Amino acid sequence: MASPEDTARVGRHTDQSGKSPEAPNATVAAQFQDSATEDPHDVEASYASFGELAKQGHTAAVLDPTAEPVIAVEDLKMYFPVRSSGLVRRTIGQVQAVDGISFEVPRGGSLGLVGESGCGKSTTGRLITRLYNPTGGSMTFGGQDIAKLSQRQMKPLRRDIQMIFQDPYTSLNPRHTVGAIVGAPLAVHDIVPKKQILGRVQELLEVVGLNPEHYNRYPNEFSGGQRQRIGIARALTLNPKLLVADEPVSALDVSIQAQVINLLQDIQREFGVAYLFIAHDLAVVRHFCPEVAVMYLGKIVEIGDRESIYSHAHHPYTQALLSAVPDVKQAVIGGRRERIMLEGDVPSPINPPSGCRFRTRCPLAQDICARHEPPLLQIGPRHKAACHFAGEIGRHPVTPVTPRLLGTDDHGNADPGATPSTELTTQAGYSDTWFDLDKKTFGRA
Amino acid sequence: MFAYIIKRLLTGVVVVVLVSMAVFALLWYGPESPARPICVQETSNRCTDERLANFEESMGYNNPIYVEYGKYAKGIFVGREMALGGNTIQCDAPCFGFSFRSRALVWDELIERLPATISLAIGGATLYLLLGIPIGIAAARRRGTLGDKLLVSSFLVISSIPYYLFALVAWLYCTLVWDLPVLGDSGYTPLLDNPAKWFAGLLLPWLCLGIFNCTAYTRYTRGAMVESLSEDYIRTAKAKGLPARTVVYKHGLRSALVPVVTIFGIDLGILLAGTIFTERIFEIQGIGLWGLRAVGSFDLPVISATAMFGAIVIIVSNIIVDVVYGVLDPRVRVS
Amino acid sequence: MTDSIIQPRAHQMSEEGAYLAVENLTIEFPTPDGPLTAVNDLSYTVGMGQTLGIVGESGSGKSVSSMAVLGLHDTKRTKITGSIRIGDKEVVGLSESGMRKLRGNAVSMIFQDALAALHPFYRVGGQLAEAYQVHHSNASKRDARRKAIEMLDRVGIPQPDRRVDDFPHQFSGGMRQRAMIAMGLINDPSLLIADEPTTALDVTVQAQILDLLQDLQREFNSAVIIITHDLGVVAEMADDVLVMYAGRAVEYGTTKQILSHPEMPYTWGLLSSIPDVQSDTSARLIPIPGNPPSLLNPPSGCSFHPRCAHVDKVPGSLCSTTLPRLTPASIGTAHVKRCHLADPDAIYQREVLPEIAPDLVEEN
Repeated sequence: MASPEDTARVGRHTDQSGKSPEAPNATVAAQFQDSATEDPHDVEASYASFGELAKQGHTAAVLDPTAEPVIAVEDLKMYFPVRSSGLVRRTIGQVQAVDGISFEVPRGGSLGLVGESGCGKSTTGRLITRLYNPTGGSMTFGGQDIAKLSQRQMKPLRRDIQMIFQDPYTSLNPRHTVGAIVGAPLAVHDIVPKKQILGRVQELLEVVGLNPEHYNRYPNEFSGGQRQRIGIARALTLNPKLLVADEPVSALDVSIQAQVINLLQDIQREFGVAYLFIAHDLAVVRHFCPEVAVMYLGKIVEIGDRESIYSHAHHPYTQALLSAVPDVKQAVIGGRRERIMLEGDVPSPINPPSGCRFRTRCPLAQDICARHEPPLLQIGPRHKAACHFAGEIGRHPVTPVTPRLLGTDDHGNADPGATPSTELTTQAGYSDTWFDLDKKTFGRA
Repeated sequence: MFAYIIKRLLTGVVVVVLVSMAVFALLWYGPESPARPICVQETSNRCTDERLANFEESMGYNNPIYVEYGKYAKGIFVGREMALGGNTIQCDAPCFGFSFRSRALVWDELIERLPATISLAIGGATLYLLLGIPIGIAAARRRGTLGDKLLVSSFLVISSIPYYLFALVAWLYCTLVWDLPVLGDSGYTPLLDNPAKWFAGLLLPWLCLGIFNCTAYTRYTRGAMVESLSEDYIRTAKAKGLPARTVVYKHGLRSALVPVVTIFGIDLGILLAGTIFTERIFEIQGIGLWGLRAVGSFDLPVISATAMFGAIVIIVSNIIVDVVYGVLDPRVRVS
Repeated sequence: MTDSIIQPRAHQMSEEGAYLAVENLTIEFPTPDGPLTAVNDLSYTVGMGQTLGIVGESGSGKSVSSMAVLGLHDTKRTKITGSIRIGDKEVVGLSESGMRKLRGNAVSMIFQDALAALHPFYRVGGQLAEAYQVHHSNASKRDARRKAIEMLDRVGIPQPDRRVDDFPHQFSGGMRQRAMIAMGLINDPSLLIADEPTTALDVTVQAQILDLLQDLQREFNSAVIIITHDLGVVAEMADDVLVMYAGRAVEYGTTKQILSHPEMPYTWGLLSSIPDVQSDTSARLIPIPGNPPSLLNPPSGCSFHPRCAHVDKVPGSLCSTTLPRLTPASIGTAHVKRCHLADPDAIYQREVLPEIAPDLVEEN
């Protein structure tokens, strides 16, 4: 039962394997010749000049606002049961690891998912690759809701959604050769005849900047950065449409991080892959992703394009996160950057605070925050924030912006005269109309 | 914690029941009629088919297996009357049957033999812990030095000798060749009868068990210590300015003990269930030797009883290990 | 022949008043494949109330050199030459018992991963009290416990009298690092070495911990060394920066000098490999090609030359044959660098900066 989608994909695959020996390898491999030599420490200066090196470095990724979504996630939920420890293990609660999040990843683009440990960003990545079965919500990919597919039905789709893991030391089986690791997906999915697997493997190794002759080596013969390249090659084997990259560079040394980020950008340009890029490093995400979602305790608190999030953040948590990042430029001024201090720790996701989950640590919190969860409101052409007091730093409104939408007064008490707005949705993308924070009405800008 | 122990005990009971059923069924469906051994014994090797049928009849082997297993299980809890030949024997709870070979009640014999095995096991285990752990620590602290290498390789030689050979040679030389005082007097005398003779009789078996097994414990301890001494918290302890002794014993040993205790608990369980070679070589009338003889003469009730006893001891020692583990490592304490 | 004799001091202030003075420190580990020189001819100083940031990648020797300050290397398996002076005391060659009196007392160290660095089987309070008692033999158990609670309170742990009896795994990551700091400061050390103190932490927690370190430094006027790979942390915390590569200092000077006028291509590489949360989006991310070198078989000449993109600007094969000396930078006095380039600042401003921070070019 090959759908038209499938045949198209296979066509693309053969097409690419035909042309890739010349085009991508020339550029990508030249940049990473290091890894291809016998001994990386004896590399002769093969980088002609700084100018050439610089040209291979990428600038920040650019948003294509017209791109269709490759995946649209709506109201996705993942609750893990918590069991008691007594004689009979009853379910006594739930860890709401991901609680109703919606977003889109544009075809050939990147969405960044940032947040602190325990915010649910890694769980989200695993849900999209269906390593977990979601508790609720939908994930539309290639016209199908993959949230509801069985593992068997998922199998043909798995080649389209692949994952790159954080730790290059533990995510590769030490007893398999690189060739076996990279070629495994081909064998599993029975795509290419056995004889052609090696050729494809070597081609992939070259794409990620490794010596194709090294397919017979074991992971321990490679450095951390090279192993991460092997992980990337493995993920690329089946020409995926979407790569979920969970902290792909955070275990690497600074100089190696930049190599891997550039490689991921090269691959995106060459193969048109989309990324869900999960990371805690806000600067790396800013460089890599034209669009970013900020998560806190299982919820998306703010999502938007780079400019909206990094220069016009409206959610106090985003603002606190950004202000906490140490900045190299501060050296010229001296001392610490001024920042919003967050007190205490992230509350437990088993029993999250009522209303807004951030309120227990929020400098702006008022009564309404405890009573009502703020809706994720679209407040600009490509910008949504979930805060009753959404506003740029230092210019947060005095009275909440949401009561009329929720049908309450400013303190969150039910207002008999008002009716909750029907404009509140959990849709994944952006609409043409949005909530104007100044006028407090929906409309076009 | 309490609920956890109860839970473990309950699963333990299930395991023991399954073991008893399995042993019962194995012997019931065995290659030979279960009544044959007793028939042979009672008739002085003139067990004809007719006599055998009589024995089977009187012992209930003609009934369905579940009926007989039911009787057996009931006997354990409330006692039963057993038919043997023409006689009826009153077997009080806990009744594990009647040994064909020794013509005694299994339970009575078990109780009688238990002290020997316990004396042997506890003494041997204490000795190999007392030898193995300190030697292991010392080796770990001097890792890579000549002394460490010599020790590791010489222990490797000892542990590559089969244990029965090791014990047999020790017995042979101490008792027969040199006829040493104390060491040469191996055998078991109950502790309360004569403590000095008890000690003298068990000294050589203890030494054999202790020295042979301490090689393994030295290896475990050395390995666990090497690992724990390379942990970050050891570096922290040094950076605090603690003396080397405190670093090694308080910080290093504490975590190294966890895996050693785990292995020890299981080993002790196995020892208690019967140290067959040791008891055989030194003629100590303990559980192991009893089981060995029972197997030799197809003494079914004794075989069942020793199998169940072994299962119980190992289950209990596993539970104790888990509890001790929780005491040692606060991270696994169950609330 | 070492180049240390004519090696200029990076700082005018360094010689007098320096609490920690490291001179020509070389650390060698014998390995089956030959001696491994982890630290090579390293010199630096830290004064009271001052913070030095040591930056480098894994294997650059940044942690190894600091461990030597506390004498934490196994003396039998390490060959240490040169000099480390703490206060007026020479530490290289000091007896184990003499060293022990300094450790955790005048000099203390906090480590990267507090979960691994605290003993999992002992209560947090007990571990703090132990650190106090070992240097205060007169203190009773109760005094030590009181001191532990006081320190936990001081580093901002809520309900310290209750949390003192918790085990490390019951603390959150940020609290564990606070407890680690409390333990490091319990004996009022004059020198605190923080080895990647915030690497495993989330960014808001990192900000809390850095604030705490700064407050405590101000309060105790201690000398602080922060070892990190994060130039942002260095920029906000350190007065001086020491950049290390393959066991050697390659650039050393005030933070302002190093981060605004770096003169060593490795430092440029570090700056160009990290994106910035605020920078121009047309800034390029330019990696350092290749991998860090093996210390068993270091490259000839300048250790960085196989990865350096500016070798073509140095005449001949100087880079691959001759180890450059630490020489004064072209701009500023409190700044030395190890590079053959004739006018590195001009190259940086003309070639590197426009690529990695176009927004900064106009300002200069």
